[in-house]
Amino acid sequence: MSVSTKNEPMLSADGSPLKQSLARALRRQKVRALLLIAPLLIFVFIAFILPIISMLLRSVENDIVPRTLPETVAALESWDSTTGELPNEQVYAAFASDIQKAAKAKVHTKVGLRLNYEQSGIASLFKKTARKAKKWNIETDGPFKEKLIDVHDGWNKVETWQTLKVHSSNYTSGYFLNAVDMRKTASGAEFQPENKQILIKLFVRTLIMSLVITFSCLLFGYPVAWLLANLPMRKANLLMILVLLPFWTSLLVRTSAWKVMLQQQGVINDVLVSLGLVSDSSRLVMINNEIGTIVAMTHILLPFMILPMYSVMQTIPPSYLRAAKSLGATNVTAFWRVYFPQSVPGIGAGSILVFILAIGYYITPAIVGGTKGIFISNQIAYHILRSLNWGLAAALGTILLVAVLILYWTYDKIVGIDNVKLGG
Amino acid sequence: MKIKLTALAVTTALVAPAAIAEEMTIVSWGGAYSKSQLNAYHIPYSEKTGVTILNDDSSSTAVAKLRAMNEAGNITWDVVDVEAAPAMQLCDEGLAMVIDPDTMLAAAPDGTPASEDFGDMLVSECFIPQIVYSTTFGYRTDLVGDTAPTSVCDVFDTAAYPGKRSLFSVPINTMEWALLCDGVAKADIYDALETAEGQDRALAKLDTIKDDVIWVSSGSDTPQLLADGEVIMGATYNGRLFSLIEEQKQPVAMIWDGQVMDLDGWIIPAGLSPERQARALDYIMFATDTQRLADQAKWISYGPARASSAPLVGKHADLGIDMGPHMPTAPENLSRAFLMNYDFWADYRDDLDAKFQAWLAK
Repeated sequence: MSVSTKNEPMLSADGSPLKQSLARALRRQKVRALLLIAPLLIFVFIAFILPIISMLLRSVENDIVPRTLPETVAALESWDSTTGELPNEQVYAAFASDIQKAAKAKVHTKVGLRLNYEQSGIASLFKKTARKAKKWNIETDGPFKEKLIDVHDGWNKVETWQTLKVHSSNYTSGYFLNAVDMRKTASGAEFQPENKQILIKLFVRTLIMSLVITFSCLLFGYPVAWLLANLPMRKANLLMILVLLPFWTSLLVRTSAWKVMLQQQGVINDVLVSLGLVSDSSRLVMINNEIGTIVAMTHILLPFMILPMYSVMQTIPPSYLRAAKSLGATNVTAFWRVYFPQSVPGIGAGSILVFILAIGYYITPAIVGGTKGIFISNQIAYHILRSLNWGLAAALGTILLVAVLILYWTYDKIVGIDNVKLGG
Repeated sequence: MKIKLTALAVTTALVAPAAIAEEMTIVSWGGAYSKSQLNAYHIPYSEKTGVTILNDDSSSTAVAKLRAMNEAGNITWDVVDVEAAPAMQLCDEGLAMVIDPDTMLAAAPDGTPASEDFGDMLVSECFIPQIVYSTTFGYRTDLVGDTAPTSVCDVFDTAAYPGKRSLFSVPINTMEWALLCDGVAKADIYDALETAEGQDRALAKLDTIKDDVIWVSSGSDTPQLLADGEVIMGATYNGRLFSLIEEQKQPVAMIWDGQVMDLDGWIIPAGLSPERQARALDYIMFATDTQRLADQAKWISYGPARASSAPLVGKHADLGIDMGPHMPTAPENLSRAFLMNYDFWADYRDDLDAKFQAWLAK
């Protein structure tokens, strides 16, 4: 047995320095681990992250305008939009040529719709103009200023050209401004008229109601989780099934069931009326408003609160409570000073889970929320599926995503994400 | 590998040069409406040709999905049932195939070419009209008191008809009705709605009933609310009300006054492979002929879009009642109809939607 001297490195069996060979072994292990999860990583990246990024990019993309109307955009550069005067013939001629090409390629309605988000009426202005412009000869039929104004009075308005110029760049902040009830005009960003402001209100409502839902889930979930963790096995298992049963039932079924319960001719109101607690003419309104959303969503998200809390509480030895009591603590003190602090990681995990799920919910609010109980996600769904304003939907989605990330980060700073446990 | 695959593709193409698809996906609205199409079109077509028809109830979001399919370059639908306005939009964007009615659609039995038989219903060059439907009101006969409502404006009269009413939570139709009942002549409504004053006037009129309204989003909501007695009157599609009244025997009657008529029909997505397109056209030729359109009215009370189908409309398949008077196009119903302006809504929808939603949230 030889003892190595101080300046001589420790050697491994194959003669290379031990440090090196250890590092190599570790590296090999890491590569192997990475290779094992590589299929999943690649899948997540291609099927999840890339589509999200490409969707979010739509919130700033605006190349449809410069791509469809290249000559007009170039010609408008020399026009001063603040003078209040119409652009010159050159701009009109450039537009006539652009719209003719666009009409032939059937892309004129798309750019019309894009600009219609900023100024109502542009969509039909483009459609009508394109129909006429198809028959023009760009070389010989000028001047186009009078011709275009003749087709539609909209070309005689400075506003129309201002809108075109303001929204002629490849990238735009317009959708994000729209998402916070503002709009981009020739004189900078300004608020939408008051009777069109709705989105900020919805963001705030979504946040507040998600907090209320999270809190009521905690309120109802904590005792259940405690029972689950402390009852004898047989009873706890039965209770567990009761918690999980609704979890396995379709979301739509559960939401519709609440409709039956809560509506004015529904079960709860009928019972109250038959007991004489409420008169038949003043039945309670508990659905198609905030109450409906909060009640239904609390019920639906409850398992997401109970399960993480349960798994944390299970690891708290009951002997601690007994020890506290034997040392003279009252029931309340023992619970509050000994048991509760140890269950906090479960509360943290459940709350984050419920809050993040709640903030993006849209099916339940859409069914039981009426007009006062809907969330910002309902607006996103509306713009994706109905109004087809994908840019605005992407901007709203980005804001929501960033808001959740900020909240998560704050939570990490204040509570520490290490204190969140989903189990043992 | 690549070469092998190409070779395989080439041989397959050579073996079956004129093959047309044996399976097709047809998109529609679901519910009683899809059932009527199944009975009148799909089953006879499958029997005749052996083609398997897959149903997809995605019509309410068809434009968004067709756009996404187009961007992805993979169109999975063969024939799509949409309303007139979305059909126009799809056509304008090049997402729907242009149809020549006289060569691609069947002529009437007496030889009248399809373009004449459909007439004004051909609102877009991509649109193959199928039915005329309307949005109108139904009321609970047992909950409205002694005098039944007869006018659309009774919806706004909460003194004579106290209780909840349901309306669609969209400005389309709702704002027109508000102006109509605020004394604006039918012909002037869209001029008024173009101005901020007119829009405010409509919303002010709606303010008078706002607390008594349950706002709904789907065509099946109002029938359910009426059946539960949650509302005393409410707006929905006339076919849904027919089913509620005649098939489910609920104590409900209809106010045809102020019904807003709209068209529904087929489009074929642009960019299908030749064999799938051939199959889709073959289906369309079959499903929109005079007899087939008249057959559909045996199962649902929507008016056939062909003039030549109207005389063939008979009795309900199960109930045996005469379907003629239940159509939105029946003379006494038609005289009280209101015609929607598609172009106006194409322009002002986003703007008025924002205003309307902000008003709702107030």
